[in-house]
Amino acid sequence: MSSTAVFAKASPLDALQNWLPKLVLAPSMLIVLVGFYGYIFWTFLLSFTNSRFMPSYKWVGFQQYLRLWDNDRWWVASKNLLVFGGLFIAISLVIGVVLAVLLDQRIRREGFIRTVYLYPMALSMIVTGTAWKWLLNPGLGLDKLLRDWGWDGFRFDWLVDPDRVVYCLVIAAVWQSSGFVMALFLAGLRGVDPSIIRAAQVDGASLPSIYLRIVLPSLRPVFFSALMILAHIAIKSFDLVAAMTAGGPGYASDLPAMFMYAHTFTRGQMGLGAASAMLMLGAVLAIIVPYLYSELRNKRHD
Amino acid sequence: MTSVVGHKPFSPSRLAIHATLLLACAVYLVPLVVMLLTSFKTPDDIRGGNLLSWPDVFTVIGWAKAWDSVGGFFWNSVKITVPAVVISTLLGALNGYVLSMWRFRGSQLFFGLLLFGCFLPFQVILLPASFTLGKLGLANTTTGLVLVHVVYGLAFTTLFFRNFYVSIPDALVRAARLDGAGFFTIFGRILLPMSVPTIMVCLIWQFTQIWNDFLFGVVFASGDSQPITVALNNLVNTSTGAKEYNVDMAAAMIAGLPTLVVYVLAGKYFLRGLTAGAVKG
Repeated sequence: MSSTAVFAKASPLDALQNWLPKLVLAPSMLIVLVGFYGYIFWTFLLSFTNSRFMPSYKWVGFQQYLRLWDNDRWWVASKNLLVFGGLFIAISLVIGVVLAVLLDQRIRREGFIRTVYLYPMALSMIVTGTAWKWLLNPGLGLDKLLRDWGWDGFRFDWLVDPDRVVYCLVIAAVWQSSGFVMALFLAGLRGVDPSIIRAAQVDGASLPSIYLRIVLPSLRPVFFSALMILAHIAIKSFDLVAAMTAGGPGYASDLPAMFMYAHTFTRGQMGLGAASAMLMLGAVLAIIVPYLYSELRNKRHD
Repeated sequence: MTSVVGHKPFSPSRLAIHATLLLACAVYLVPLVVMLLTSFKTPDDIRGGNLLSWPDVFTVIGWAKAWDSVGGFFWNSVKITVPAVVISTLLGALNGYVLSMWRFRGSQLFFGLLLFGCFLPFQVILLPASFTLGKLGLANTTTGLVLVHVVYGLAFTTLFFRNFYVSIPDALVRAARLDGAGFFTIFGRILLPMSVPTIMVCLIWQFTQIWNDFLFGVVFASGDSQPITVALNNLVNTSTGAKEYNVDMAAAMIAGLPTLVVYVLAGKYFLRGLTAGAVKG
């Protein structure tokens, strides 16, 4: 008697058990389909309309993209992204690698030093931008400090120099993110078999050449990851520009993310803003699709 | 920490390495030191001295004024961050659990689709999201920001938990199922207690992301519902009146302190979150 009762009770419960995982995942699936892909498609549609302050659905074809092509400010923003992104990535990588290699030499107080290199990553780009805006202040910042310290005639006014303001963004971004690159590489270095280094040393190779020829090439995946993350930070950079220069002077330090925000939300050029957002997505896809492809292929080989 | 035993004797090259590392420490610390020094100076002191000059008199007037103008927004950020972090972490844990232990047809595809969210440039969803928040009556509310942060934080939180649960042997769950444990019993009794490090990583990651967010704050909130990052930016970039750099720096410290404190207290998890998000994401 009791066994049949258990049976009768168990089977609807079993059915529920089978549905439960799907039920639990359902809200997230909805969120991803609508909030990620549906919204991307919506923005894609808007980029083909003449929407200004309010969305309108009057089809204008590629007109917004053509307007972007003719827009000087968009070109400045794109060129700035290349300069900013290129320098930011290159300098962060060099500093990060050098610090990681030096820290890997059995340094006393390594934990403390690592903490110091990494703390800027805990701060927002807004705080970073605010701090560096003050540090690079022409007249009261480093400018004055170095003159007070005896370097007569020192001038540092890149923050208000349209040709050099992008480099100010690079300085602040490198300060914020290079410690993170250091941490990535340090973790990678700790995974390198020390016997390889010892064997090379026995063969008479010097330590710098061991690192350059053997250790660093073996960290290619870490390079790849760091490159991806940094490129991603660069393309999304918006807060830093907002806090440090607001795109100025004029629009000399504009980046695509800033351009998109300004046109979409303050200048009533929604269609144009949507088109610029789609191009940003294109840039991100161009970087991550090859990355994800190689990652997934490697996984399949495991 | 490496032990003291086994350190090579000091040679010129080791001296150079130490000097370089310490110099780099100084460079990384300068902005923080400057912010602190400036925040305790008087405006006259700021104009008379330089970035690294010691304050003539220490004054907290900059901090008091800064708190007056951004204090309310600090609490907004708390109201946004706490629920958003908790909800997105919980959802991430459940998603990760299903995606690793209860796979079904299509669940891997869904994981792939979700993963892309880690790379999504948010500019591409800002417009539809703001229309939706408007329709829901959540425009310019902290609740709206909680919702947005939960939705767009899901990719990372799911990733953290899924990657952890994938490493747990299936046998454990299968044995529990044979013993009659159900979906939530297995999750609550077996997996959650094992997940404490992952929960920490996820909480800290989400906390820094959401506390430090500016883009969503500036687009979806205005006036009274703004988070502190937006308030700080407004304070620093308004050009009316004489610039009070001591107030700016104190406000920046107030905005940065919560994440700095978390970093100092739980740096281990912070780093693990960053590298997990980086290497796997």
